[in-house]
Parts: sequence; structure tokens; C-alpha cells
Amino acid sequence: MTFKLILENMRYRPLRSLLSALLIAIPVTLILTLVGMSQGMLAESARRTRGIGADIMVRPPNAAFMGFSGAPTPEKMVSALAQEPHIAVATGVIVQGLGGLENVQGVDLEQFDKMSGGFEYIQGGPFKGPDDILVEESYARQHKLRLGSPVQVLGHSWRVAGIFASGKLTRIVLPLDVVQKLTANIGHVSIIYLKVDNPANVGSDIDALSKKFEGFRFLSMTEYLSMVSADSVPFLHPFINVIVGIGVVIGFAVVCLSMYMAVLQRTREIGILKSLGASKSYVLGLIVAEALAMGLAGTVGGILLSFVGRWLIMTLVPASLTQAIVPEWWPRTAAIVLGASLLGALYPGLRAARQDPIEALAYE
Amino acid sequence: MSEAPIIEIRGLRKVYRVGKVDVEALRGVDLQVSRGEFLSIVGPSGSGKSTLFHIVGGLTPPTAGVVRVAGDDVGAMSDATRTRMRKQTVSFVFQKFNLLPNLTAGDNIELARYLGGKDHSQDAGFQEALDLLGIAHRMGHKPSELSGGEQQRVAIARAIVNHPAILLADEPTGNLDSANSGAVLEVLRDLNERLGQTILMITHNPDAAAYGHRTVHMQDGRILEPG
Repeated sequence: MTFKLILENMRYRPLRSLLSALLIAIPVTLILTLVGMSQGMLAESARRTRGIGADIMVRPPNAAFMGFSGAPTPEKMVSALAQEPHIAVATGVIVQGLGGLENVQGVDLEQFDKMSGGFEYIQGGPFKGPDDILVEESYARQHKLRLGSPVQVLGHSWRVAGIFASGKLTRIVLPLDVVQKLTANIGHVSIIYLKVDNPANVGSDIDALSKKFEGFRFLSMTEYLSMVSADSVPFLHPFINVIVGIGVVIGFAVVCLSMYMAVLQRTREIGILKSLGASKSYVLGLIVAEALAMGLAGTVGGILLSFVGRWLIMTLVPASLTQAIVPEWWPRTAAIVLGASLLGALYPGLRAARQDPIEALAYE
Repeated sequence: MSEAPIIEIRGLRKVYRVGKVDVEALRGVDLQVSRGEFLSIVGPSGSGKSTLFHIVGGLTPPTAGVVRVAGDDVGAMSDATRTRMRKQTVSFVFQKFNLLPNLTAGDNIELARYLGGKDHSQDAGFQEALDLLGIAHRMGHKPSELSGGEQQRVAIARAIVNHPAILLADEPTGNLDSANSGAVLEVLRDLNERLGQTILMITHNPDAAAYGHRTVHMQDGRILEPG
């Protein structure tokens, strides 16, 4: 009966219930989207890196492995490393940021294809000239590019020579030597990828290379991929915590305001319940249960909205952010929102429980 | 009558604090009501009728005096005990019906039964009361879909669902036309006669008061005739 009363209370003022649930859904969506984006983009980055097909990454002395902008590695190292025993393929890549999360990468396509097995072209094919550009399918879709379309990147005009399936390296690929010229990095690359003849021996190969090329940093791809996590992104955890905190505050405020309004609107009804013998704890429980029901509805709504957000990103800007669906965060956000709802319902609930029944019954 | 009165009131006083002013609503009320009695209470507005009901019904404690309801001293009761009394011993019928607008007539009654801690099994006596009230076919309707007379009969059904010892009806016909007023008063008389329900009814209407076994008059917080 109590459940029915709660349900009917929510149905009786559908707009208030709907708006409250929607407002509660917003922080849920915010948390799920943020966490989903951080996980999605990291997973996407790992997938692209894995797609390169390398076993070892090489960086010059004092260079970090997270974030490859700039070209601090002498290109001659590529040929030097290629001569080493057990190195099957060596290729240098230059990474140039375009602002925001986008970057372009200049590659020696012949070596890159040997290492990765080559791009899977949906349209067109490899570079035929110095002004040719390869773009990923999602980038072409977002920017409405076709074969031969002109593209302005790095202050240079390019022509789309190929559109490839996603999963390797990056979204925009240019000829290495042209990017080196455009970015004044002739003879330098950002990173060197190595493929060994026997992946089982990567550890001993790294040891040998480290001894010979003292100061250079060699990292196995397995180790690198294990580093690609939320922990490796500076300020991500504190940022998520801030969003969670905002979610708690919004959830608390929305529920507190909504239930306070509900208690005011239902003053007479609370008086009726008390005249029927409803105890203080029953009235408090009723308000808290309704708040929790709204919190639950808001959580479900927020989860559904996170799917809508993901669909919008994939449809409107497929080559920008990648949002993963993070079911492992659903119970966490539910707990956060339900906790906030519980806190938000306490004051209105206690106010309702303490309501004088005679005054409540006289309320117009 | 040799049986102890179901309601015994001696020297009842009630003072309300309104802002910084004390308002004396009851100034020494003495009243006895026998089990199975139908008592009408009449008096002008502000005479203390409703306050008397609120104390007998356990909605507010007395300031002074003795109020015994079904043998229990209301003045000595805690808030929780008075809540329990409203579940089990007394029930109200109000002038404005006071049905929960979001529940159907049936659910309003079911809620009272639930709060009273009664099980959901069929209650033959209650079914008889529903037939008596003539609302058995209106149980699936919400209050806004019922006439005033039907709403008041639902409120009466809700009030008796837990078989309370005392039914307190505060101006039960105050919002009804004469036809519906007559029907509701007949229902109350039937409940009293057929089921032996003790009823206290506040009314301004002398014709309505005549339905009771006796009438007491209140004025300025006192009963004019001895109860």
C-alpha cells in the first residue's frame, strides 16, 4: 500500500516528478559521460597504438612516453636501430598536435605498412604525391570529405588520397618528410617504433638495445599499454571527483527543493495521514521513499541519457571524442545519487513528520 | 447505564499559544459518553467543539483535566501512544471529507486499513457497511470523480474500516446539499443502530443534531448543559 501511495503521489504531480527526475539525471549523465569519455578515449588510444603492430617504442633521453608532441629524436636513429639484431622493422613517426585532442602523424608509409600490415582503405589508397593526405573514415564522415577533397592542415593544402578504417595510429596521416619540413623538424621524429623478429624475446632485446644506445628509453608495447589508464592522465581522478561532488550537490539540492515543495503542497494530506494513525516515522519514511524513487528514476534516466549522449557524439562528431558505456559505474552513480536523495529528503521529511496534524488539516 | 463510559471528561482545559497570546479554547469541560451512544454537539464557531474532538481523537494533548477514552488517560499518553489510539480506537469524519485526492475511494479505505495494521482478508462486516453506505460500486473512482455525498460516504467507510470504538464526525454534512446530508445522517444512524458504533457528531444544524440520542451545547469553551 505504501508503494502504491508513493507511486500515486508521483503520478499525481507528473510534471514535478518528471522535472525532478530529469534534474537528478543530469549529474548522473555528467558523471557517466565524463568517466565514459576518459575510459573511451584511453581505450581508443590503446587500440590505435596496438594497431601499429610494434613491439617496442623508443624515445630520446629525458622524454616521456605519455604525449609525443615535438620531434626530439634524431631520424638517423631509425636506420641505426634497423641494423640491430632481432629488429625486423623500424619506423619513425612525427606527431604534431592540431589543438585540442586532434593531432596529425607523419609516417614513412612503406615502413609503417611493413610493421602494421598497412591501412585498410575504404576508398583510395596510399600517398601518390607530397600533398596527399590519408584520413580515417570517421574524420571523413564528420568533415564530409571524399577522395580528392581539399583539406587545410598545418597551414598547408592537401588532397585526400585515401580514406582508411579506424584502428591504426591516428585520424590524419601525412607523409613524414613533408610534415618534417612544415614543422621545421627536418631529420627528427617524435617516436620510433620497432618490430622484433620474435616477440617472446622483447625483454632481452630491450636490455641489449638499452646497453648499446645509452640514454635512449626503450619500452615494450605491452608495458606501454598497461600505462594507458586513467591513472596516467594527470588530474583525471581529481576532476572526476569534482564532478561526483557536483553531482552530489545537485542531487541533494534538487531532491531537497522538490520534496520540500511536495511537503508544502501535501500539508493537508500529511494531516489526513496523521489523523488516520500514520506515525512520524511512517510519514518520514514516505517522503524519503519518494525521494529515493525519484533518485532511482533519475539514475535510470541519467544512464539512458548517457547512451543518448554517446549516440549524439558518434553521429555528429564521430572524429572527436570517444565515449565508452561504463556499466561498472552505474551502481556507483546510483549510490551517489541515492545518497544525495536521502540527504535531500531528510529535512523535508522531518518537517512533514513533525507537522502538527491539526494545523495540517486546517491548511488550504 | 452500569457500564463505564467510553469517554469520560472532567475539568478539561485547553490553551493554545497563538503568537504571544494564550487562547483558552476549552475552559473546564465535563462530559461522559456511553458505549454505543450517538451524541450531537452543537454550538457557535469558536465554542471549542473541534478542539474537544481533537483532544478526544488524540490529535492534541489536553492542557489540564482528565480525558479517558476507552479507559485510557489521553493526558498521560505520549505522542506515539496517541498515534496508536488514532489507529485503533478513534476515527474521524471531516466536513471537507479529507480523502487523499491521488488515491481511489477503495485505496483511501485500504490505506486506513493498512495504517491500522489490519490484514487484507475479506471482512464480512465491512462489506456489509459498504453496502449500507451504497458506495461499493464506486471504489475504483478517485475523489474528484465522486459527488460530495459519495465522498463523505467513502470517508465514513474509511473511518469505520478498522472498527474503531469511537467515530468523531466533525460537521459531516457541512459541505453537502440537503439530499446528501440526509443520506449521510441516515448512514450514521444506521451504523450506530446496526453496528452499535459510538458516534460523536459536531453540527450547526438542529435537524442534523436530532439524529443523535442526545445533544450537548457548547459555548465559549464550556458545555452549557451537563453531559
